[in-house]
Amino acid sequence: MIFSKRTSPYVSGKQDVSSIMRQVLYALIPGTAVLIWYFGWGILSNLVLAIVFAELLEWGMLKLRQRPVRPFLSDYSAVVTAWLLAVAMPAFSPWWLIAIAMIFAIVIAKHLYGGLGYNPFNPAMVGYAAVLVSYPVQMTIWPAPVDSSFAHIGFGQTLQHVFAGSTQGWDALSAATPLDAVKVSLSLNKLLSEIYATGQFGLLAGQAAWGLVNLAWLFGGLWLLWQRIIGWQIPVALLGTLAVMASVFWLIDPQAYASPLFHLFSGAAMLGAFFIATDPVSASTTPTGKLFYAAGIGLFTYIIRTWGGYPDAIAFSVIIMNMAVPLIDYYTQPRVYGTKQGQRG
Amino acid sequence: MIQTLHKLWRNHGGLHLDYHKEDSNAAPTRHLPMAEELIIPLQQHSGYKPTLTVNAGDYVYKGQELASHTGFMKVPVHASTSGTITAIEERPIAHPSGLSDVCIILKPDGKDDWGNARMPTYPDPSQVDGEILRQRICAAGIVGMGGAVFPAAIKLNVHDNIPIEALIINGAECEPYITCDDRLMREKPLEILRGVQIMMHIIATQRCLIGIEDNKPEAIAAMQAACEELGEQRIEIIPIPTLYPSGSEKQLIKILTGKEVPSGGRPSTLGIVCHNPATARAIYRAVVLGEPLIDRYLTITGKGVAQPCNVEVPLGTPIQHLIAHSGGYTPAAKRLAMGGPMMGVSLHTDQIPVVKATNCILVSDIPESEQQPALPCIRCGLCAEACPVTLLPQQLYWHSRARDFDKAEQYHLFDCIECGCCAYVCPSHIRLVDYYRFAKAEIRTQRDAKTKANIARERHDFHQERLERAKREKAEKLAKHKEQAQTNTDDGKKAAIQAALERAKAKKAEAAAQTTTGETTE
Repeated sequence: MIFSKRTSPYVSGKQDVSSIMRQVLYALIPGTAVLIWYFGWGILSNLVLAIVFAELLEWGMLKLRQRPVRPFLSDYSAVVTAWLLAVAMPAFSPWWLIAIAMIFAIVIAKHLYGGLGYNPFNPAMVGYAAVLVSYPVQMTIWPAPVDSSFAHIGFGQTLQHVFAGSTQGWDALSAATPLDAVKVSLSLNKLLSEIYATGQFGLLAGQAAWGLVNLAWLFGGLWLLWQRIIGWQIPVALLGTLAVMASVFWLIDPQAYASPLFHLFSGAAMLGAFFIATDPVSASTTPTGKLFYAAGIGLFTYIIRTWGGYPDAIAFSVIIMNMAVPLIDYYTQPRVYGTKQGQRG
Repeated sequence: MIQTLHKLWRNHGGLHLDYHKEDSNAAPTRHLPMAEELIIPLQQHSGYKPTLTVNAGDYVYKGQELASHTGFMKVPVHASTSGTITAIEERPIAHPSGLSDVCIILKPDGKDDWGNARMPTYPDPSQVDGEILRQRICAAGIVGMGGAVFPAAIKLNVHDNIPIEALIINGAECEPYITCDDRLMREKPLEILRGVQIMMHIIATQRCLIGIEDNKPEAIAAMQAACEELGEQRIEIIPIPTLYPSGSEKQLIKILTGKEVPSGGRPSTLGIVCHNPATARAIYRAVVLGEPLIDRYLTITGKGVAQPCNVEVPLGTPIQHLIAHSGGYTPAAKRLAMGGPMMGVSLHTDQIPVVKATNCILVSDIPESEQQPALPCIRCGLCAEACPVTLLPQQLYWHSRARDFDKAEQYHLFDCIECGCCAYVCPSHIRLVDYYRFAKAEIRTQRDAKTKANIARERHDFHQERLERAKREKAEKLAKHKEQAQTNTDDGKKAAIQAALERAKAKKAEAAAQTTTGETTE
């Protein structure tokens, strides 16, 4: 009897790339559901368009690069990228805006660098940053969140807006996001107490809708932690740094600087901390390195939000820290068994 | 109960695996009928081949030496039973590459006759000099039976400048499926402990720690009972948490003592000597009973065998024979391995014999995940979390793959114990350990080539220098000779000229004088 030969080990764990990606998608469901509750068709159209574009571009690039299509298309990595972009972009984004973002994410940030596993930058954030810089107007128009909004803006109106660019009556529906509102008001030398007095702000120092969305991201993120798909280092360091920075300035002048709760629950901090900064490919890989990497993102996020030109800054901060990853990894190597600390590779 | 509360330390990483120990550890160890022929490979240890002392056609008694151990890192092999040597030829052996090597083929005569091959016995080893016992261990062909097959006598050769604080017995048996040490500790605890006492006597230590994973409660109880029976206060039986790879020597030392074996060093530098329970028992039998190492406990298990079990069989028994007596193969039998599923060596044929290293014969199916192609590394870092040595397997992978071996070495490639944890957890199913094996082999080859080149260069340089020197010396000699000759000739010439001149002068003067005289006389 002739046996199949191979080198050890002969057994392997149950986790594979596609199961990890699928679990990330499951964890995105609660937050996405809350978003859909408030923005209805706008989020669904984002999702459908982003996923369709992502899979088409992925397929095209795999063909061009002469890579096997089936294993890579079924790894769900493009779906995760598309999903993250779809929930980060304003609801009811026009089709071309999503297409451009996906081209930057899948073609430029991912495949031109070598595809899955080889991209130094987070594809979703490259796509997001590219369209944010190029189309700032479209990228900052969010409709006001309304309960069960499917009825509010109908399917037909959605199609018209997304595909035909109809903006009829759109201004009345749109509203600034909390971060945007605060930033604009502060730049007009208003006090935070006056801004809060307008009544837009409730739960967790932000708008109720955004607070709930962030709580749902947090919930999904904790589930990922519990499933051991992500480690604690990145979310804790990112949110911790952001909270510490916000607390320090808030304590110095609570009228000019928003509270730590506001920073944590009104922007993309939760989504960023649990789903974006944790993208393994572009994040630091050593345990200590992850702390530095995520702390850097938290720090830059606070700096750009407070003194920079954009209301939110997760995307830029992630990209900045992506650049620092090789350096961080090099200087944070763990001590190997039987060696002294500091014997660096 | 002797069980003391012993502080334990934790290694980085490690895995909880599906152990499948209960498949084979329930029933007592079996003894099988003798095989038709025994295949005894000449080399069953790490080191150099021993020298054959028998010829084809010879009749040998059980326990008779077949190859002698005189020389460094040589370990003898013995006849596992009495019979006739039918051939000495190349046969496939348990090697990852499926290589063949010189084997002694023994046809048993069924008498199992010791003749006078049994060595003299030492009923009370504590009265015998350690060095004599150590030589006995060497002569009995005992090697590390956990799988590393390092000559036991060499491991017990400790130097006076580092006192041995403790002997550690590795009863962890952390690999899934394997249960032979478990059964051995349950069935022969006294023999193991007597072997331990002999080892403690040889290395002159007063402390022994026996680490056993806590998924073997029966073995722990049996060993503790035996310890009490011997009234042995110096030996501690220590249950340790079940976590792969706690049975790796370095990892176990850390768990039990909190000390780390220095990178590239040996446990003895910490004052620790580590052995396997089966080795301890073999030492007991060699010293007290005068029996060389000619059989061993091993596990036959896996989905591919009908009746998984433990057996005690003579070395050289073909695997085929073991399987036939374990209910044969099941339809799932697709892969045959010697050792466990994490670190075992896969074999292409069951014609291969049981050797001193064989702790397990694992017959398994081929998991579905293996048929999928490996995806690119997504840098998830699960490998680094699992690594018991705290390496960065991912970096090692990138550098090994890129053949950037200097960098791989800087990332401590040679501290990798090839336990397979990283490859097990990899979601991209990358065969990480293969990359490390490849890189290590390449580096070793390069080093060898470099050493050889260096020696050759030195030789060449020396040769060249010698030629130069000879040339130089010759030239110098010549020059000196010439100079001497020169000086000689010059002086001679001058002198000759001078002499000639003087002679001429004298003649002239003489002539002048004669003329004057002549004139006057005429």
